[in-house]
Amino acid sequence: MSAMDTNPNAHGEHSEAVNTAIVHPHHDEHEHHDEHEHHHVETFWNKYVFSQDHKMISKQFLITAIFMGVTAMLMSLIFRLQLAWPGQSFPVLEVILGKWAPNGVLNSNFYLSLVTIHGTIMVFFVLTGGLSGTFSNLLIPLQVGARDMASGFLNMLSFWFFFVSTCIMFSSIFIETGPASGGWTVYPPLSALPTAMPGSGLGMTMWLVSMAIFIVSSLLGSLNYIVTIINLRTKGMSMTRLPLTIWAFLVTAILGVLSFPVLFAAALLLIFDRSFGTSFYLSDIYMDGRALEHNGGSPILYEHLFWFLGHPEVYIVLLPALGITSEVIATNARKPIFGYRAMIASILGIAFLSFIVWGHHMFITGMNPFLGSVFVFTTLLIAIPSAVKAFNYITTLWKGNLQFTPGMLFAIGLVSFFITGGVTGLILGDSALDINLHDTYFVVAHFHLVMGSAAIFGMFSGVYHWFPRMYGRVMNKKMGIAHFWLTFAGAYGVFFPMHFLGLAGVPRRYYSNTEFPMFNDLVDINILVTWFAILAGVAQVIFLFNFFYSIFRGQKSSQNPWRSNTLEWTASVKHIHGNWPGAIPEVHRWPYDYSKPGHEEDFVPQNVPLTEKELAEGEH
Amino acid sequence: MVFLVLTVIVLFVIAVVRVMTIAELSAELRNGRTDDVMTDEENKNQGLMWVVFMIAFFGFCIWQMVKYSDKLLPRAASEHGPEIDTLFNFSMLLITIVVVITHIVLVYQAYKNAGAKTRKATYFAHSNKLELIWTVIPAIVLTAMIVYGLTVWNRVIYPSDKPAIVMELYAKQFDWTARYAGNDNTLGRSDFRSIKEGNDLGLLEDSKADDDVIVKGEFHLIKGKPVRFKFRSRDVIHSAYMPHFRAQMNCVPGMETVFEFTPTVTTAEMRAELKNDAFNYVLLCNKVCGQAHYNMQMDIVVETQKEFDTWMAGQENWMQKQATAAPATGPVADATILSPVAKTDQSKEKH
Repeated sequence: MSAMDTNPNAHGEHSEAVNTAIVHPHHDEHEHHDEHEHHHVETFWNKYVFSQDHKMISKQFLITAIFMGVTAMLMSLIFRLQLAWPGQSFPVLEVILGKWAPNGVLNSNFYLSLVTIHGTIMVFFVLTGGLSGTFSNLLIPLQVGARDMASGFLNMLSFWFFFVSTCIMFSSIFIETGPASGGWTVYPPLSALPTAMPGSGLGMTMWLVSMAIFIVSSLLGSLNYIVTIINLRTKGMSMTRLPLTIWAFLVTAILGVLSFPVLFAAALLLIFDRSFGTSFYLSDIYMDGRALEHNGGSPILYEHLFWFLGHPEVYIVLLPALGITSEVIATNARKPIFGYRAMIASILGIAFLSFIVWGHHMFITGMNPFLGSVFVFTTLLIAIPSAVKAFNYITTLWKGNLQFTPGMLFAIGLVSFFITGGVTGLILGDSALDINLHDTYFVVAHFHLVMGSAAIFGMFSGVYHWFPRMYGRVMNKKMGIAHFWLTFAGAYGVFFPMHFLGLAGVPRRYYSNTEFPMFNDLVDINILVTWFAILAGVAQVIFLFNFFYSIFRGQKSSQNPWRSNTLEWTASVKHIHGNWPGAIPEVHRWPYDYSKPGHEEDFVPQNVPLTEKELAEGEH
Repeated sequence: MVFLVLTVIVLFVIAVVRVMTIAELSAELRNGRTDDVMTDEENKNQGLMWVVFMIAFFGFCIWQMVKYSDKLLPRAASEHGPEIDTLFNFSMLLITIVVVITHIVLVYQAYKNAGAKTRKATYFAHSNKLELIWTVIPAIVLTAMIVYGLTVWNRVIYPSDKPAIVMELYAKQFDWTARYAGNDNTLGRSDFRSIKEGNDLGLLEDSKADDDVIVKGEFHLIKGKPVRFKFRSRDVIHSAYMPHFRAQMNCVPGMETVFEFTPTVTTAEMRAELKNDAFNYVLLCNKVCGQAHYNMQMDIVVETQKEFDTWMAGQENWMQKQATAAPATGPVADATILSPVAKTDQSKEKH
């Protein structure tokens, strides 16, 4: 690690050497010329609602994502009831769903609505908006040593677009013809023709509008993250002294900027086909007793456009979780993350490769088999950087001094899910094997292990770990530990058996398996899965209670409760605009000097100057 | 009733909060709150929990494999099927080894290095040698998987130049129609604009169509004879999934897709093997297509050449059908459900 100097921070400040205590007030007259500081009167509206402070915005993203996540999880419990006990009457369903569950039995169209909205909410609103939106916003300025994001105004807009998008998606659940129901992938012609299914009416229009606004929010956020990381790092914070969280958030943002516009295009063309008579995706269709006018288009075009985003999207979901895991494991192992540079290279490798694998979602669309071969090759390649990361996490534990905080437990849990879920990706990425497994529960098992388990665990890890930085208090650790083990067991209990359903040929998005005798023996598996889902769902109540209770009555946090090296722990515990009451700390070393020989403490924060010995050795 | 339940829940939550407050206050009085510090004992216990959990998890996985192994698909009933199954078993073996070994190491490290006040971690930040090892070894293993996988793929997916029986599978919301190409082994041309009552498939005036045989409900294949399927769709994307044969191909409106295989086990033979007289091969829809996606099926019968000929002799071909059909009166009624709260699913019976 060379002692590369970067641009001094925006004010050309030179900070004093500090350790973990709060920066002493500095008499530097420049410190309040921060263009992001507002000497206006703080009102309720600009503090809590239209805040331009990244810390408040991160909390807004988190609370919104929690609300949406609970909604999507409840939806999954409802359709799991139907799958385990098909056709059985559950009076409570009629209470909640009204006409969509006549006599307590879920309506088959609304079943498809539930799985569609469940998937849409979880992938976009919880794991993209909630994961990137929360942690990129909270950590980027604090960890790079900036007063706030490059543009507080755009940042505020990125949350409010997200919120509007949330409102539209949520309210689409309640309209008369029902929300979008063609699966979260909403392939045309099913999603293009309102008479193909009720959910392809107004519900689909609302889905498209909501997603278009969501994409705007995501792009605004990503631009801010990239600009802030590149331009507003504090003095001494070279790129190779950035914590891995920042590397992950940076690369994720770049992925988003390059791929979300393509989904926007796909959605726009779909809006045109639906409402303005175009035929981008439609041709040769006979429906409602007549041949439709649309001619010349192809649904495969939509699939290419969708998956060109869709694949990078899953890495947009996963990379921040991996970055968080690096940080939480290193801090709690009291050891540097193993292979810092290899970790950066893996992030870059995964990001690059993620753009050239999208066809593995399309092996059996009838596309040219040679093209399929190319995608097999690139897809299996992406396993290499992923393997490097997994091995590096494990090596970080070796000879560590492991502190099993709830955050650490979830981070290690992520490693387990990442491995188990990742390897089945190799099976699915092998096109010959995909023939019999495509669109079966084997796929559902795979992506729920990597996204619905690994990425969510990254989010939980981050919430427990940075809760003190968000709310100035610590979450209850006993409840956190209970939440972890119950959720870990629950998640494996739900998703592991699904592999067997897929191998038995059970397709996705089936309202019921009762119409095929070949599936009669599998009823027990569905029941087992549903019971585990109920267990996992109930376990989240512990988290929700812990989270909200601790905001008000949690143990007050010390300055640096986890004894961590990164800059966010040097900022003011009480949230202030500008993060540090005095000058911004200057950085002298990388963030992973844990248990470093030659130091009394088992951690050396980034803003601690090099010792004479370290200077002589040319250290990080 | 609902109001009562809600009240109970709210009161319960309030009670828990009160109890917690008391618990926290008394803990504070006793020894200060310690939610940010893991004690040596807690770390040791969590380390142990990892071991306990992994043993339970492996046990759970093994239990599932044992319990569910006979509920999966029977042996492949096509020529290429066993190749796919062997590739699958090989790949599963590889990934199972990886999962088991990495988890043992992960859990062992978690257990062994459980934190303690007197413990000191080892500052081991990088090793190019290790990185090289676990980059190169996965690369080699993956290359082997790619080469093997693509060899199988190339054999399976490209239509061969062997003479094959040509037939069409036509998908629509919510059923399938099979069309045999007849003696000329050529399907008559079709166009969606020609669909009308009595001409569900939109066949054009084409001599090639005269000997085409259209069937619903079930279609028959001949053991040992390659069949080249051509897939079409009337309305939305469907997918022809024939899992017993390790075959699947999307049916896309506006294009024709192809998949070829040779069945190798007759229905009778499979029934004997599975000791199940009610067994049937089946065609499922495997791409979400609307309300009755879960019940869009057609039975498949695999039989000897003689049995097939007997069955086919009893079917009408297109020319014969047109001769006996009533004159066309108009467009074809559709099974599409228009109202969101339809009478319960119309497609419950097989067509």
